[in-house]
Amino acid sequence: MAAATVMPHFGQQMSSQIELVPDWTSQEVSTGTTIMAVEYDGGVVIGADSRTTTGAYIANRVTDKLTPIHDRIFCCRSGSAADTQAIADVVTYQLGFHSIELDEPPLVETAANLFRASCYRYREELTAGILVAGWDRRLGGQVYCVPIGGMLVRQPVSVGGSGSSYIYGFMDANYKPHMNKDQCLELTATAVALAMERDGSSGGVVRLASISESGVERRVILGNQLPKSSAH
Amino acid sequence: MATLAVHQSPVGGFCFENCKRNALLEAEANKVGSSLPAARKTGTTICGIVFKDGVILGADTRATEGMIVADKNCSKIHYISPNIYCCGAGTAADTEMTTQIISSNLELHALSTGRLPRVATANRMLKQMLFRYQGYIGAALVLGGVDCNGPHLYSIYPHGSTDKLPYVTMGSGSLAAMAVFEDRYKPDMEEEQAKRLVRDAIAAGIFNDLGSGSNIDLCVITKGKLDYIRPHDEVNKKGVRTGDYKYKRGTTGVLTKATLNLQVVEETVLTMDTS
Repeated sequence: MAAATVMPHFGQQMSSQIELVPDWTSQEVSTGTTIMAVEYDGGVVIGADSRTTTGAYIANRVTDKLTPIHDRIFCCRSGSAADTQAIADVVTYQLGFHSIELDEPPLVETAANLFRASCYRYREELTAGILVAGWDRRLGGQVYCVPIGGMLVRQPVSVGGSGSSYIYGFMDANYKPHMNKDQCLELTATAVALAMERDGSSGGVVRLASISESGVERRVILGNQLPKSSAH
Repeated sequence: MATLAVHQSPVGGFCFENCKRNALLEAEANKVGSSLPAARKTGTTICGIVFKDGVILGADTRATEGMIVADKNCSKIHYISPNIYCCGAGTAADTEMTTQIISSNLELHALSTGRLPRVATANRMLKQMLFRYQGYIGAALVLGGVDCNGPHLYSIYPHGSTDKLPYVTMGSGSLAAMAVFEDRYKPDMEEEQAKRLVRDAIAAGIFNDLGSGSNIDLCVITKGKLDYIRPHDEVNKKGVRTGDYKYKRGTTGVLTKATLNLQVVEETVLTMDTS
């Protein structure tokens, strides 16, 4: 096959002619998503919505997008559900092995680099936007952003996913350095709730987690308990 | 894609070149008005729930080839291990072979560990295989079973993503079945109530989706017991003909009768050319 020919977009179109099998059965499962991670002195707070879509159908309305990679390191997944689950499984294995070799809890930067290595090497094949967040003894709470393409950058606060576009302004206006854990939790919950309100691919419940030296605390905010915004 | 692709020799991993060629061929065939033969798909409604003592899996029994029903009573609930079963939607061959491969590997694994296999193990094996084939294996599965950690239910998508949930539906009739589940599912249901719920969910798929039909199969998996109920409910029984076109012997009167005795003169055997 000559390299110069244009390859048609394959895969998804094969069954669209057969009307018995609707379009969304052939669509890839995507976590439309809003994810967020914030550093504070002593740890990190992470939050996500809970909607997974195949086309226009919600395949899972209670997804857990905050995936543990190690005892004090989590990742927030956005993009293709299959790609991010596979990458997270691989990194969990690699980090666990590395930690046993070291006989020490691993660094958050190590986990982030493992994600970056997979996401950059297979950048053409993958659709994965990941936030790596956790606590380690060397640098405390850290948030690393590994967006589509495989960049790696540390940020004090980061948002991701399709719903993140709607809350960049909110985040810039309301994030202040040196906030404490409860302020971070409130900021994250409010931001994710606002994004869920506006983004069709985000919704369900708000899942929160705070990671510090003492461990991981997880919380779920159900639909009727979401922070009320002033409009409607 | 963002970068300019320089042609590199393949470095292992599955080669998808033929998939691209097939897509081109299909496009060209459609341009002249003809179409490639359709793979047999199980249009399908499949579902599963976790109830008090275990899991119940349900499926319809219609297999379609385009707009034609290829099999009116196919079995969509596949054996994985004595305590784990898997419903399959999508391309019939893919679901059949994928579940057989994982069932075989899981049996070897169980012999190696000396333990009853866990549902999470089957889930991992299935998702890693489907991810390896990047969605080209069209198998959407509902995996359920009971192991040492209790009852578990997973939905597995062709691209390799999985969800662990208390109730799941898959296939073209999944929206109809999910509507029934969202209305009536409660945690820790009794077995009879749960069976009725699964039966109603599949029935919703059968009667409201063109790709699903025929009977309802059920599989009830609990800690010590397995009930493979096929069929659980024959909701589409073929009607009995009230009339008969066959005429009874003697209806036509015989006027004359002439017998011709043919004698065999020569008998030769010609072997078929199987080259």
